[in-house]
Amino acid sequence: MKSPFPKRELCFIAVIAALVLVVVPCLNAFVPSTSALHVSTFTMSVYGKYLTYAVLAMGVNLLWGYTGILSLGQCLFFSLGGYCLGMNLMLMIGKLGQYKADIPDFMVFLEFPKRFPETGGLPPHWIPFKHFWFAALMVVVVPAVVAYIFGWLAFRSRIKGVYFSILSQALTYAATLMFFRNDFTFGGNNGLTDFKFILGFDVNHPATKRTLYVASGVLLLLVYLFCRWLNTTKFGLIQRAIRDSENRVLFSGYATAHFKLFVFVVAGVIAALGGALFVPQVGIINPSEMAPDKSLEAVVWCAVGGRQSLIGPILGAISINSLKSYATHAFAEQWPYILGLLFIFVTLFMPKGIVGIPEQFRELKARLNRKPKDETTTAPVPVEPAKPKVS
Amino acid sequence: MSTRTGHNPTARRLASVRWAVAGLAAAGLLLAASFLPLAVGAPAVPAQPTFPHRAELVAAVLSEDAPKQLELVKKLVEAGGDPLVEQALAAWRQGGVFLYETNDTRTPFLLDPQADPDGQARALRLADGEQLKDPAGKPLRFAATDLTPVDTDSKLRKAIKVTLDLFALANPDPKMRRDAVTKLGQEQNAEYLPYFEARRTKEREKEVVRALTEAVALTRTVDEDVKVRVAAINQLAELRSINSLQFLQKIEKDNKAVTSPGAKETFEAAHAAVQQIESYLAMGNLFGTAFRGFSLAAVLLVAALGLAITFGLMGVINMAHGELIMIGAYTAYVTQNLFRAKLGATGAGFDTYFLAALPFSFLVSGLVGLILERGVIRFLYKRPLESLLATWGVSLVLQQIFRHIFGAANVQVNSPSWLNGSYVVHDVLFAYNRLFVIGFAVFIVFATYLLLTRTSLGLQIRAVMQNRQMASALGVRTDRVNMMTFAFGSGLAGMAGACLSQIGNVGPSLGQSHIVDCFMIVVLGGVGNLVGTVCASLGVGVTDQILQPWLGAVLGKITVLAGIILFLQWRPAGLFATRTRSLEG
Repeated sequence: MKSPFPKRELCFIAVIAALVLVVVPCLNAFVPSTSALHVSTFTMSVYGKYLTYAVLAMGVNLLWGYTGILSLGQCLFFSLGGYCLGMNLMLMIGKLGQYKADIPDFMVFLEFPKRFPETGGLPPHWIPFKHFWFAALMVVVVPAVVAYIFGWLAFRSRIKGVYFSILSQALTYAATLMFFRNDFTFGGNNGLTDFKFILGFDVNHPATKRTLYVASGVLLLLVYLFCRWLNTTKFGLIQRAIRDSENRVLFSGYATAHFKLFVFVVAGVIAALGGALFVPQVGIINPSEMAPDKSLEAVVWCAVGGRQSLIGPILGAISINSLKSYATHAFAEQWPYILGLLFIFVTLFMPKGIVGIPEQFRELKARLNRKPKDETTTAPVPVEPAKPKVS
Repeated sequence: MSTRTGHNPTARRLASVRWAVAGLAAAGLLLAASFLPLAVGAPAVPAQPTFPHRAELVAAVLSEDAPKQLELVKKLVEAGGDPLVEQALAAWRQGGVFLYETNDTRTPFLLDPQADPDGQARALRLADGEQLKDPAGKPLRFAATDLTPVDTDSKLRKAIKVTLDLFALANPDPKMRRDAVTKLGQEQNAEYLPYFEARRTKEREKEVVRALTEAVALTRTVDEDVKVRVAAINQLAELRSINSLQFLQKIEKDNKAVTSPGAKETFEAAHAAVQQIESYLAMGNLFGTAFRGFSLAAVLLVAALGLAITFGLMGVINMAHGELIMIGAYTAYVTQNLFRAKLGATGAGFDTYFLAALPFSFLVSGLVGLILERGVIRFLYKRPLESLLATWGVSLVLQQIFRHIFGAANVQVNSPSWLNGSYVVHDVLFAYNRLFVIGFAVFIVFATYLLLTRTSLGLQIRAVMQNRQMASALGVRTDRVNMMTFAFGSGLAGMAGACLSQIGNVGPSLGQSHIVDCFMIVVLGGVGNLVGTVCASLGVGVTDQILQPWLGAVLGKITVLAGIILFLQWRPAGLFATRTRSLEG
C-alpha cells in the first residue's frame, strides 16, 4: 500500500471536484443569466448548503459506518460550530440592526443592557468573538471540548451500542432546551440571524456566496481525503475492528475507549466545520437546528447513501436534501411519509444504501443462477456477523 | 347574579369590580325584573316577593332626613342578590340616579347603560326596573348630561360602598362568599365586624364560617385594645391562616422596635403566629412537592412501563413508542366523541367513557404494536441500531397520519366529572386526576408483575428473554412470544396515552415530548428490570419537582438529564443491573 489512493479513484475525485469547485462557480459568474447554462446564485447557495450537510454526513459516517458508534447528537456539534461563527457575524452587524444599537438586536430586545451594564449589554463571553480568528478557533475548540467531555464520560464507563445513542440523544435534547432559553444569551428560539458581513464582505453579495460555496466544496474535499487517508492507516484498521468486535480488540490490548474518543472528537469537529460554513450561507442558526430529529435525519442521509463507504454519505446528503426541497415545495404534507417510509425501506431492504445497490444486484443474480427455481421476492436481508443479543 | 358570576370567574376579584361591572351587566339582568307596576307611595300594591328591598331603596333615595337615609342604606345590606338594587346603589354613588317629578309624585330612576348614538338612554324606575313613562304613556329617554342627579354626600357614599361590598356576603355561591369574606377581612375595616358576626351565626358552610372567623380576627388585629389584638393574633395562628401571613408579618415589623404600651405583647404574639404559620406553610410545601413529585413519577412510570417491556426485556429500540402513547391518547379522544354522540356531553353516561377508553387504548395500541412487530421489527432483532432507525421512520409516518386525520392542533379531551376538582387537606391540593394517575401506575405495575410471574405467557416471556435458543429448543414458540410481548408493551403505552390525555395536551407531537424521558427512565432503572423502572421514575419525578422551584421547569429538566448522564458513570448498567456473565451484556 504505497499510495493510499488508487489512480482510478484519484481521477474520479479530481473530475467531481473540478465540476463542483470550478465549473459551477464559473457558470454562475461568467455565463449571462439569460443562458440555459447559467447557475443562479440561489441555486448555488442551496447546493452550498447541501455540501455542508454532506460534511456533517461524513462525520456521522466516520462514527457509525467505520467505528460502529451511532451518535444521535451530531447536529449538536454542527450547531455549536454554527453558533460560534454566528456570534462573530452577529457582532459584525454593528449598528445596522433594527435598533441601531452597538449590540445585536435580540440583546436590546431582551434588555441585556440591564443584565450586563458594565459591558453595555454584551455578555462577557461574547466579547472575544469580535475577532474572526477567535470565532474560527472556537468553531473547532468548543465542539471538541464538548465531544471530549461527553465521550470521555460515556466511553470510560463502556456505554455502547444503543445506550450510547440514547444518551447522546438526551444530551442533544438537553442542549436544545438550554439554547431555547432566552437568558442563555444565544438569542433563544429566534437564534442568530440577520447577518450582514463576513470578514468585511457583504454576506448577500453573489461573490461572497460563491466564495462560501467554494469553501464548502473544499472543506468537503478535505474531509473526504482525510477520512480516506485515515482508513488506510493502522488507526483506521483498528477503528473498523472496533466496529466489528470491540471486545476482541479490547482483549488484544488496545484501549478501545481512547480510539473511540478520538474518533468521536474528530467527527464532532468535522460536523462543527460544516456548521460554521452552513450559517453564513443560510443566514440563520437557531436551536431547532440541533434538535434530536435533525441528528436522526443526518443518520438517514448516511443510511440511504450507504454507510461504510465514503461516497455514500455525500450522495445521501445531497440526494435526500434535493428530494426534500423538491418535496416540501410540491407536496409538503406528504414529505414526512416519504422520509419515514424511506427510512423503513432502506433499513429493511437496502442495508448498504445506494452505493450497495450494484452489489445487491450481483448477489441476487448469483442466487438466481444457483437456484433458478428459488422465489424472486425481496432482496435477502444480509446477515451480519451474529452478535449475541443485547440483554 | 348568575350572569354576572359567569362574567367573572375569578371570585377573588369580584368584590372590587362588582360595581364597576354592575352597570355593564344590567341590561340583561333587568329582563328578570318585575312586570308589576309599582307606584311610589302606593302601599296597596305588594312588593315583589323575591325582591322585597326595592321599596326600601326608593324610600332611601327619596328620604330627606340624612341620618335616616344612612340607616336605610345600611339596612339594604340584606338586599344582596337583587341586581337592580346593586346597580342602583352603584349608580347612586356615582351620581347616576335621577328624579322624575310630575305634580306631586317623585319617581327615582336611572339610565340604561346602553345609550343610543345621541347619548340618550332608556330611563328605568328604581322601584321595578321597568321603563319610565310620561303621563301619556310614552316611554321616556334622557341623556345623562341633561339631568341633575340626586345629591349624595361623602358619608352617604361611604355607606353605599360598605353596603355594596357587603352584598357579597349574601352571594349564593359558597365559594364566592368565602372569597368575598376573605377579601373584606383583608380590608381590616371595623365597620364590617357586626355584619361578619351576623353572617357567622347564619352561615352553614364550614369553609365560609372559617373565612368569617379569619376575617373577624384579622380585622381585630388592628383593634386599639391590646388584649383584643393579641387574642385575634393568637386566633389567626391557631387557624393557620395563610391569607393573614403578610398582615401578621407587617404587625411584627411595625411593633418590633416600638416602645408604646402593648407593642411588646403584640410583637410577641405576631412573631409566634408568623412562625407557626410559616412552619405550617413549609409542611404544606413539603407535602405539595412530594405529591407533585409522586404524580410526575407516576406519569413517567406509566409512560415508560411499556418501553421497559419492549426495550428492557426484548431489547428492541422502539422510537415509535411515543407514537404508541399518542395513539392511546387519540383513542381516548375518539371514545369520548363516541360517548358524547350517543349519550350527550355530560352526565353519568358520558363520565364512564374514560373507563371504556382505557381498554380500547390498550387494544388499539397493542394492535398497532403487533403490526409493527410483524411488519418491521422482527427482521431487525439482530440489528438493534437499525431497528432504531426503522422505528423512527415509523414514528414519522404515524405522526403524519394523525396530523392528517385530526389536524395539527391539539384536540380537546374532557375529563369525566369524577376526575375534575381536587381534594384539599390542610391547604395542600390533591388533584383527582393526579391521584388517579398514581393509583393507575400502581395498578398497571402490579398487573404487569402478575402477568410476568404468575401466568404461563409471563413464564415464556422470561424464558425467551433469558435464553432464546434454549427456550426454542424446549418447544416455546419464540416468534409468537416476541409478538405477544411487543404487543403487550405497546398496549401498555396506549393505556399510558389514555391516562396522559387526562392531565396534558393531546396532539400529534404528544409522543415526542415523552420519548426521551421514557428511554432515560428505562436506562437509568437498569434494562430488563421493572423494579428499576419504578425506582428510576420515582427518583427522577421527585428530584425534578424538588429542583423546579429553584431552577424553573426547563433548567430543572436539563439538570435532571445531566444528572442521569453522570449517574450512569457511576453505575453504567443503571440502578438495578441484571447480573450476567455474558460479555456483551
